[in-house]
Amino acid sequence: MPSVMLKKNGEGKLVFYVPKKDLEEVAESIEFDSPDKWGGEVVLSDGSKYYFEPMDVPPTFPITLRAKRIDD
Amino acid sequence: MAAMTREETEALIQEVLEVYPEQAKKDRAKHLAVNDQSLEKSNKCITSNRKSLPGVMTIRGCAYAGSKGVVWGPIKDMIHISHGPVGCGQYSRAGRRNYYVGTTGVNTFGTMNFTSDFTEKDIVFGGDKKLAKIMNEIEELFPLNKGISIQSECPIGLIGDDIEAVAKKANKEIGKPVVPVRCEGFRGVSQSLGHHIANDAIRDWVLDNNEGKETAYEISPYDVAVIGDYNIGGDAWASRTLLEEMGLRVVAQWSGDGTIAEMENTPRVKLNLIHCYRSMNYIARHMEEKYSIPWIEYNFFGPTKIAESLRKIAAFFDETIQAGAEKVIAKYQAEYDAVIAKYKPRLTGKRVMLYVGGLRPRHVIGAYEDLGMEVVGTGYEFGHNDDYDRTIKEMGNATLLYDDVTGYEFEEFVKKVQPDLIGSGIKEKYIFQKMGIPFRQMHSWDYSGPYHGYDGFAIFARDMDMTLNNPCWKQVKVPWKTAESDAVAVAASA
Repeated sequence: MPSVMLKKNGEGKLVFYVPKKDLEEVAESIEFDSPDKWGGEVVLSDGSKYYFEPMDVPPTFPITLRAKRIDD
Repeated sequence: MAAMTREETEALIQEVLEVYPEQAKKDRAKHLAVNDQSLEKSNKCITSNRKSLPGVMTIRGCAYAGSKGVVWGPIKDMIHISHGPVGCGQYSRAGRRNYYVGTTGVNTFGTMNFTSDFTEKDIVFGGDKKLAKIMNEIEELFPLNKGISIQSECPIGLIGDDIEAVAKKANKEIGKPVVPVRCEGFRGVSQSLGHHIANDAIRDWVLDNNEGKETAYEISPYDVAVIGDYNIGGDAWASRTLLEEMGLRVVAQWSGDGTIAEMENTPRVKLNLIHCYRSMNYIARHMEEKYSIPWIEYNFFGPTKIAESLRKIAAFFDETIQAGAEKVIAKYQAEYDAVIAKYKPRLTGKRVMLYVGGLRPRHVIGAYEDLGMEVVGTGYEFGHNDDYDRTIKEMGNATLLYDDVTGYEFEEFVKKVQPDLIGSGIKEKYIFQKMGIPFRQMHSWDYSGPYHGYDGFAIFARDMDMTLNNPCWKQVKVPWKTAESDAVAVAASA
């Protein structure tokens, strides 16, 4: 369950940063990304997957959230 | 010597690894790589930020060095107690040449050494009482100090002293910030964790404690903070003038020539400018999240990178700043064109190998390229993968990358690559000079500087020329290259 710092980059894409792992990746897709639901499975550009507990309101970025790593 | 191809460089790495025992060879192979610009991510080719193996000659420092020596030490109006035995503070005292303005011992304390001087008694019975006592002494002897930081040395963590409790108590008594920093030397694999711990201490004990306080000055829309510039040889001053000339207002310098008040004011700036990404990105990310302050990395080495950075910074602001940036670039053009005209013919085509820490292994490449020189090998003492991510694009294809290089590997690489100049630390300097290779100590600019900004570039160019084209190198006779040994070598090869 790593803490992930999320922010939007210049192109409006979600950037994923895990300090302990020096992981700095752009998120390719988010399962739920609408005004009434946000979260779910996130796929990063390096292919790894993380899961965020879905929220009713999208958070304001940047923010640190707990994510679950999904291993295939 | 012509540039090496990918195959030659790979063969060189294999050849150097050959002498190691099986396990060490496997481990070290992960830290040596041939640069491939097509890669987006460095973790495909190089491993970094791992523990150095016992037996290899590493030049890394410790967490205390990262916190006291790098991040906290330059804050001039605070007193930084090296809490523990006397040596750590004394042997690292004033070595980094973080310049500052002030009267040392009266209102600034940068080059002084304060220590709790642990002895056996303190290890056995604990040093908390002593710490409380010396803080009162400090208050009495140096009343103009603006705060105290407690920089832990190894024994503090080992004997389990509660420096946080002492700090809180002292803070109430003297009414100034007292910051305990848990930067015991044994933490982490290098000074890099010390930077992180120091950043966290600033977050918890300076920024958080200062929330909701009134600002003593009027906020302008052009307020910026220079973060991760340690003013080595006056670097931060040479950077600051450029930013001010383009119309920005620098309200804080972290931490070269910086003060605690500047740190407290930083959460009110409009943009954080990060020079040393490695040591200060943590606090910039924190401020982005908590105070919504954006941050960008910039590079003030060499006119190409300076112009690029000034424009990048200006893009965050309105047209007046953007025009200001162009004005600054135009204003100094004659100056840096003259520098290039003078030194480029003397330096062009020369090849450089670097091995330093922090931001330099990638940031200075542009400055060398402005002088027509080529960086053929680079490496970080304590870089992480995000540093190498940023390095891949800066370096040429098929050049050498080495992480936490050992003394043996570095020497062998130099013997084979035969660079015209090496930039590394003091521990490497005399070895390579004795091998007859020009050398610059690039940790604190070989007692020169500043190297940042346009003013710094002129000094940088002069220093490189002075070192490289010094007639003394022709006089150096390497002891193992005598007329006899040459004759033997010829006989052997025949």
